[in-house]
Amino acid sequence: MTAARILGLVALAALALVPVLPLGAAQEYIWHVIIQIFLWSFVGNAWSLMGRFGLVSLGHGAFLGVGAYATVLLWNFFGMTPWLGTVLAVLLTVALALVVAYPCSRFQVVGHYFGLVTLAVGEVIRLWIVAERDWTGGSLGVSLKTAGTASGWWTLQFADKRVFYYVGMAAWLFGLWVWWRVDRSMARSAMEAIGEDETAAASVGIRVTRFKMGITALSAALTALGGALLALYLAYTNPDTLSGIGVSLRIVFAVVLGGMYSLLGPFVGTALTISLSEYLRIYFGIKLIGIAETIYGLLLMIFIIFLPSGIYGSIRDALRRRLTRASGGFPVRA
Amino acid sequence: MVDPIFLLEAVVNGILLGGVLALLALGLNLIFGVIDIVWIAYVDLVTLCMYAVYFLVTLYGWPLWLAGVASIAVGALLGMLVHLLIISPILTSPPINQLLATGGLLFFIQSFATLLWSTDHRSVRVSMPTLEVGGIFVSFSRLLAFGLAILAMIALYFFLTRTYTGTAIRAVSQDREAIALMGARPQRLYLVTSAVGGAMAGVAGALLIIQYAVHPYFGGAFGPLTFMICVLGGLGNMVGAFFAAFIMAQVISVGGVLVSTEMGYVIAFVIFIVLMFARPGGIFARRG
Repeated sequence: MTAARILGLVALAALALVPVLPLGAAQEYIWHVIIQIFLWSFVGNAWSLMGRFGLVSLGHGAFLGVGAYATVLLWNFFGMTPWLGTVLAVLLTVALALVVAYPCSRFQVVGHYFGLVTLAVGEVIRLWIVAERDWTGGSLGVSLKTAGTASGWWTLQFADKRVFYYVGMAAWLFGLWVWWRVDRSMARSAMEAIGEDETAAASVGIRVTRFKMGITALSAALTALGGALLALYLAYTNPDTLSGIGVSLRIVFAVVLGGMYSLLGPFVGTALTISLSEYLRIYFGIKLIGIAETIYGLLLMIFIIFLPSGIYGSIRDALRRRLTRASGGFPVRA
Repeated sequence: MVDPIFLLEAVVNGILLGGVLALLALGLNLIFGVIDIVWIAYVDLVTLCMYAVYFLVTLYGWPLWLAGVASIAVGALLGMLVHLLIISPILTSPPINQLLATGGLLFFIQSFATLLWSTDHRSVRVSMPTLEVGGIFVSFSRLLAFGLAILAMIALYFFLTRTYTGTAIRAVSQDREAIALMGARPQRLYLVTSAVGGAMAGVAGALLIIQYAVHPYFGGAFGPLTFMICVLGGLGNMVGAFFAAFIMAQVISVGGVLVSTEMGYVIAFVIFIVLMFARPGGIFARRG
C-alpha cells in the first residue's frame, strides 16, 4: 500500500462518516452541499471521458436535461418507478447522443466545430423543453410529484437526506471506477491516437467512428444518469438549471478548473466551484443581487489564465517535478 | 392556414433581422479568423454597448445618433480590453482554455450587469413610424437598422480590402507564421482586429437598442444564434457568414409565425445541425 492509497482510503472513510457526525444546526445544509458535489462531480467525470480525448462537448446540458426530464415526466404522468424511468431516460439519451455523434465522426466534425455543434444540440433541447410547455412546464420547470406514503426505495424519494448522501456517494465512486477502467483500457490508447490525428489513427487500423461513438454513448449515458439523480434529489427540474448553455459551461468549467486528465480533477473542480458559489451566496445573501456570480465569473477567468492545467493538475505536476528532482532526474510515478 | 400576407411580412422581417445578425456574425468571424479564438461572450459585449447607448440617451440626454457613434467607440475599447486582459495571456493555451476564459467573461458580464443595473428591461423610447407597403407593416426602426448594418458591412469590406492594415489582417488569417516573416507584428494586428470586432459589436448594439429592450441576459438570445451562423458560413469565412445570417433569420422569422417563437429557433438549430453534417466546413466550403 502506497502512502497515497492510504490517504485516499482515510479521506473516503471520513466522507462516508459525515452523515453520522453531529454537525449541529447546519448539518442538513452541509449534507445538501456534499450531495450536490457528489452528483455534479459524477457528471463532470462523465464529461471528462470525452473531453480528455479532445471531444470538447459544450452540449452536455442536453444529455443532463433529457435524463432529468424523462425520469421526472415518466413518474409524474405514468407513475413509472424511477428505477425503470432512469433506464429509459439513459437509453433515450444514448440514442440522442448517437444520432449526433455518428455524423460528427463520419464527417470529421472536430475541434471548434464539434464544440459549436454540441452547443447547438444543447440549445435545441433547452428550447424544445420550453416550447413543449404543456408537458414540461416550460421555463417554470416541473416538480417531481410527491410519492406521499409510498416514499422509499421503490420511488427513490426519501424524507431523510442521508439516504441520498450515500446514493450520491455511490454514484460518484461508480463514475470514478468507470473513468479508471477507461484509463486502463486499450480504448484509451486508441482514443488518444484519434485525438492526436484521426487520419493517422485510421491508417493504423483504429476504427475511429466506432471508438468515438462508444465513448460518446458512455459519456452521455452517465450524464443522463447524473441528470436523473439530480432531478430525483432536488424533486424539481428546470430548463435553465439542468439544461442549456449555462449548465453545459459550468460542467466544463469545473472539470477544466480541477484538471481534466486526472481521476480526481473533476471532483476537486466541482467541490471548489460549488463551495465557492454557495459561500458567496450565503455571504452576500439578498443584498447586492448578482455580486456572487460576478465574483464567480471573475475568479473563473483568473483561474483559467493563471492555472492552465487545472488546480489538481498543477499541484500534481509540481509534486512530480519535485519527485523527479529528488530521484536524480529519473521520472517517478506520483 | 396562415394568411399569406403574414407570411410575406415574416419574410420581410426575416430579411431585416438578417442584416443585424450578419453584422454580429461578421464581427465574431473576423476575430475568429484572425486570432483563432471563439469569443463566447461576444454578444454580451453588444449588451454592454446597448446599455451605453441607453444611459447616454436617457441619463445624459445625448441625441441618439451621437450615442450610437459613442457606442462604436465603447465597443472598440471593450474589444481591446478583452484582448489585452484575457486573450493575450492565454494565446498559447489549449483552445478549450481560451474558450472557457471568454465563457467566464460571459458569466461575469451578465452578473455584473445584473448587479449594476438590475434585471429590468430598458428601452430607448423612440417614436418611429411604421411603414405600410401593400398591406405589409414594416417598422421604420428595423428598416433603419438594416440599412445601417449594410453600410457598416460595406465599410468593413473596404477597410479589409483597401487599407494597408486591412490587408495585413487578411494576411494573418491566411497564414499566421508567414505574416511574421513578412515583417508585420501579429500582436498589434490582433489588437486592431479586436478593436474592429468590438466596434462592430458597438454598431450592432446601437442598432439593436432601437428595436429591443436591453437586459443583462440579452446576449443569451442572440449569442448561440451568432455562433451557429458563423459555423454555418464557415468559421472565418466572411461571405459565408453573411449569407448564413440571412438563411437563419429567414427560418426563425417564418418558423416563428408558422409554429411558435421557440420552435422557430428549434427548427433553425436543427437545420443548422443537418447542414453541418452535409457540409462540415460550412455551406460555402470548397470540397477539398
